[in-house]
Amino acid sequence: MSEPAILSCAGLRKSFGRFQALSAVDISVGRGEALGVVGPNGAGKTTLFAILAGALRPSDGSIAFEGRDVTSMDASQRCRYGIVRTHQIPRPFLGMTVIENVLVAAMNGGGLSGEAAWAAAEAALEQTELAQHAARPTQTLGLLDRKRLELARALAMNPRVLLLDEIGGGLTEAELEGLLELVARLKRSGMTIVWIEHVLHALVASVDRLICMSEGRVIAEGAPAAVMADKAVAQTYLGRGVQ
Amino acid sequence: MLTDIGQRRERLAIPGEAYAAFAILALLIAVPLFAGNAAVDKLTTLFVYLLLAVMWNLLAGYAGIVSVGQQAFFGLGGYFAVRLVEAGLPPYWAFFVGALGVAIVAIPISAAILRLKGGELAIALWVLAEVLRLAVMFDPLVQGETGISLLAMNSFDPTFRRNLNYWLGLAAVSGMLVAAYFLLRSKIGLSAKAIRDDEEAAKSIGIDAMRVKQVFFVIAAFGCAIAGMIWLANTITYQPRTNFGIQWTVFMLFMVLVGGLGTFAGPIVGAVVFFLLQEIFGNYGAWYLAGLGLIAILFASMLPGGIMGYVQSKTGFVPFSDGMTQNNRKRP
Ligand SMILES: Nc1ncnc2c1ncn2[C@@H]1O[C@H](COP(=O)(O)OP(=O)(O)OP(=O)(O)O)[C@@H](O)[C@H]1O
Ligand SMILES: [Mg+2]
Repeated sequence: MSEPAILSCAGLRKSFGRFQALSAVDISVGRGEALGVVGPNGAGKTTLFAILAGALRPSDGSIAFEGRDVTSMDASQRCRYGIVRTHQIPRPFLGMTVIENVLVAAMNGGGLSGEAAWAAAEAALEQTELAQHAARPTQTLGLLDRKRLELARALAMNPRVLLLDEIGGGLTEAELEGLLELVARLKRSGMTIVWIEHVLHALVASVDRLICMSEGRVIAEGAPAAVMADKAVAQTYLGRGVQ
Repeated sequence: MLTDIGQRRERLAIPGEAYAAFAILALLIAVPLFAGNAAVDKLTTLFVYLLLAVMWNLLAGYAGIVSVGQQAFFGLGGYFAVRLVEAGLPPYWAFFVGALGVAIVAIPISAAILRLKGGELAIALWVLAEVLRLAVMFDPLVQGETGISLLAMNSFDPTFRRNLNYWLGLAAVSGMLVAAYFLLRSKIGLSAKAIRDDEEAAKSIGIDAMRVKQVFFVIAAFGCAIAGMIWLANTITYQPRTNFGIQWTVFMLFMVLVGGLGTFAGPIVGAVVFFLLQEIFGNYGAWYLAGLGLIAILFASMLPGGIMGYVQSKTGFVPFSDGMTQNNRKRP
């Protein structure tokens, strides 16, 4: 890769008891790059995100952001630095209104206050087509809107690196189209994006580079078309019958 | 012109129910001018309950901190006041300085205790209250179980003292309610609600969960200390077993769970209900306390939103709603 890395990890391992979820993962994300991550269920993709964002501590290995070791930094600090993730299973704040969910993100991770925070929150809701639900209690949102809220909350923080975990599942073709446009726009604005997705055609169309994980390892890496054509990749996917 | 006023009202974000609250406040301010001594004393006690309920709701309903040891700060406040008066400070100054002292002491306590979660945290706070009570009982001034009377209070004219306690209690309750109203709309208030709903997700959006919880903890400690001061000013006697008593926690739980956990008006409703129950059953001792606990548990399991939660969901009217919408955005 030619661009200097903004986020990288080296020798990441994670075990849950005797189970190895990640074994020796090295990944480097270039500044402004859009990196796609694919792999069968249980490959360790979400675990990788949790470690990059600081929600989980790695059993071994290190993470660097902007050339600085952030391995010992907690999730909230990393978020304020600009590493922002969405959760695969949405984790909205159910006792708050939709706009409050986004506002509180703009104020904390986004470091904004007053008018600027409100403006960022409303813009994020507009970008994710949630604007008309702003005043609703979050409890009343369905799964799809909760996924949108996950993305809105992340966007309100204007991240430097955005980690997207399966935000495209369950969308109609038209909605997917809109999502791809949004991701393209974010990328043009200079945001670095790492995107885990099972909706492969959407992912392949919008990322610069793709990695494929399986059983806690990176098994293929490179141009999207080349990775999709890779024998090992085809085997892991077909072998497990996932999409 | 009319729309102009409407817009200004919206910009200032004064909810309609605030006018009703102002009217009640004006009436309450005037009460000592026409009501008898007994009524003034009783209402002062109601203010103590209100303060405790509002503080416990801030902790459990908005920051997700379930404490069964808030009597630690209620009792410690009284003790500080007793000590400060002994050192020569005029009583009402001692109450104020003592409450500030409790808030300061609560800072290191919060740093240690908020590392714990759920049941461990609740028990640690209860243990803290017991340890503080035992420590205070070792002070010769307090004379163990016997306690001490604040004789300095006798230098005031009884009516003046009674009315002053009443107005101070009213000021404390109104001040705390207004402060809570704005706190819940601030960055720190929103962050607390996020932590209450999902602490890990809150951290993932950059919230420093420890610091936010500490702020709520210290505010609640201060509020409970103030409640302890008003109680002391009214009863004049300080007894560790009473002032550090677990009954305060039972009262708080009862008021907030019955009134409506995590609703703004819930603790107010709960305190009034409790006050009326006290009037009827107040002297039934341990059985009464157990009954209160039972009702609180029944409410928590059958009607989790309490009375206010039920009323709000039935009518759609949420007095002093803390759920912000774009109406709360101040446009230039
Ligand atoms: N907290 C945990 N404790 C124990 N095992 C876990 C834990 N979290 C994840 N695992 C296991 O680690 C493996 C990797 O999980 P992970 O969620 O990272 O997979 P994934 O690649 O995101 O899969 P999917 O495509 O289904 O989302 C799985 O086998 C999972 O069961
Ligand atoms: Mg996953």
